[in-house]
Amino acid sequence: MAYSNKVIDHYENPRNVGSLPKDSADVGTGLVGAPECGDVMKLQVLVNPETGIIDDAKFKTFGCGSAIASSSLATEWLKGKTVDQALAIKNTDIVAELSLPPVKIHCSVLAEDAIKAAIADYKTKQEKEKGVPATAGHAQPNA
Amino acid sequence: MTMKLPIYMDYHATTPADPRVVEAMLPYFTQQFGNAASRNHAFGWEAEEAVENARKQVADLIGASAKEVIFTSGATESNNLAIKGVAEMYREKGNHIITCVTEHKAVIDTCKKLEKQGARVTYLPVQKDGRINLDELRAAITDKTILITIMTANNEIGVLQPIAQIGAIAKEKGILFHTDAVQAVGKVPVNVNEMKVDLLSLSAHKMYGPKGVGALYVRRRNPRVLLSEQISGGGHERGMRSGTLNVPGIVGLGKAAELCRLEMVADTERLSKLRDRLNAGLHKNLDELYVNGSLEHRLPHSLNISFAYVEGESLLMGINDVAVSSGSACTSASLEPSYVLKALGAGDDLAHSSIRFGLGRWTTEEEVDYVIDKLTNVVRRLREMSPLYEMVKEGVDLSKMQWVTH
Repeated sequence: MAYSNKVIDHYENPRNVGSLPKDSADVGTGLVGAPECGDVMKLQVLVNPETGIIDDAKFKTFGCGSAIASSSLATEWLKGKTVDQALAIKNTDIVAELSLPPVKIHCSVLAEDAIKAAIADYKTKQEKEKGVPATAGHAQPNA
Repeated sequence: MTMKLPIYMDYHATTPADPRVVEAMLPYFTQQFGNAASRNHAFGWEAEEAVENARKQVADLIGASAKEVIFTSGATESNNLAIKGVAEMYREKGNHIITCVTEHKAVIDTCKKLEKQGARVTYLPVQKDGRINLDELRAAITDKTILITIMTANNEIGVLQPIAQIGAIAKEKGILFHTDAVQAVGKVPVNVNEMKVDLLSLSAHKMYGPKGVGALYVRRRNPRVLLSEQISGGGHERGMRSGTLNVPGIVGLGKAAELCRLEMVADTERLSKLRDRLNAGLHKNLDELYVNGSLEHRLPHSLNISFAYVEGESLLMGINDVAVSSGSACTSASLEPSYVLKALGAGDDLAHSSIRFGLGRWTTEEEVDYVIDKLTNVVRRLREMSPLYEMVKEGVDLSKMQWVTH
């Protein structure tokens, strides 16, 4: 697989690898993909509830080089954005930035899904804080 | 001696030609360039003599007689010729073929094509160790079965099938037995009489010979196997495979076979030690490694390991100065994880995490140690980055997760 230099850079020097406290009400966690499909992304955002701005973002990814690069790039882009701005990130933006080949477009789709799932989780938690029931948008252990 | 990078550890895919092989071939390009079918001059005689010498060298490696060796362009052609040739020739007798799910595509796709033309094919499953169950083989046989085709050693996991037992069953039932022995010939002892094999495919470039040349062993006695030719023309190779003989390639195949025969014992001992060193070194440094397929019934130079919670393509990126293969979907043209590993029933996730190591004639201990170190570091780094590894360490049972697939 001939990857762009940007993919290789993100693979070799991934930004924002790690985890945020997933039980915190200010943290939204998105876990997308499946091990049997060969890629799983966990993407987390720490949102300032006052400003609605994403103060921090972390990821962990099981997947190929472009999956790692897509999620690493996503965390870079998320920091400093508002929740609504974050939801406007499109997989095609990631494809363009990383020059992903056609067979790797699904990695960017997964990263977009991870962003959306993390924000949805954050919103659910916030609503719960305010006493409004809602459904979560990410993978969960079976009851 | 300083180690040269990149390191080649993909000897299942292909092997470099041995310099002694190349040396043997060279005169047949320029000086002794005759057509082996030219019967009326010295150029032809020289070429024919070289071809017959190579035929003997190949036959000696597999315990056959020279007349039973048909030269082809490689094992894919040999497999096609054996399977299609039998299916056509024995059509009156029956239309049922038995093979196995972990066969090479050259066998599976040939069988699929025959199915479209009306043949019936049974694809036997494999057990967790990669070997077929002989009771299942017996149960699959019908009075219409004309051919059993089971590989000697698997190209992805290096597992050896119980060929002699399969041969005995085929013989007892009066069914022809073909084996794709491309990974095994030259690496482990193969004897067509002891194994009761009727047809056997082999290739030069898997045993330190040139690419583009191989052979099919076709039994001549007990029983005399007949094949419908798949390439028609001048009637070369007992009419089974027409086309001007690739004399330099055939000379190379012969020389490669001779070297393998003479050096097999020493090579096997050296390579199995190196392979065991690789396996032990990785297991010492890393947890949650899974060897795919039987370790006991295995080619001496072969190892296939799944590094749980790490995806294969990202592993390969991290060891880009080491040439190995992965069963990960991302590294395959089909974008599907290895069907061989899936057939072992270990789960698709382990197929995505697998690396195939193939050691060979020029693999050194220093290279093995380098690969152990390098892989250890990369696996540790990628596991730090793996949400799966983190969850397992937190006590989450991944099999009980509801994944959001896409």
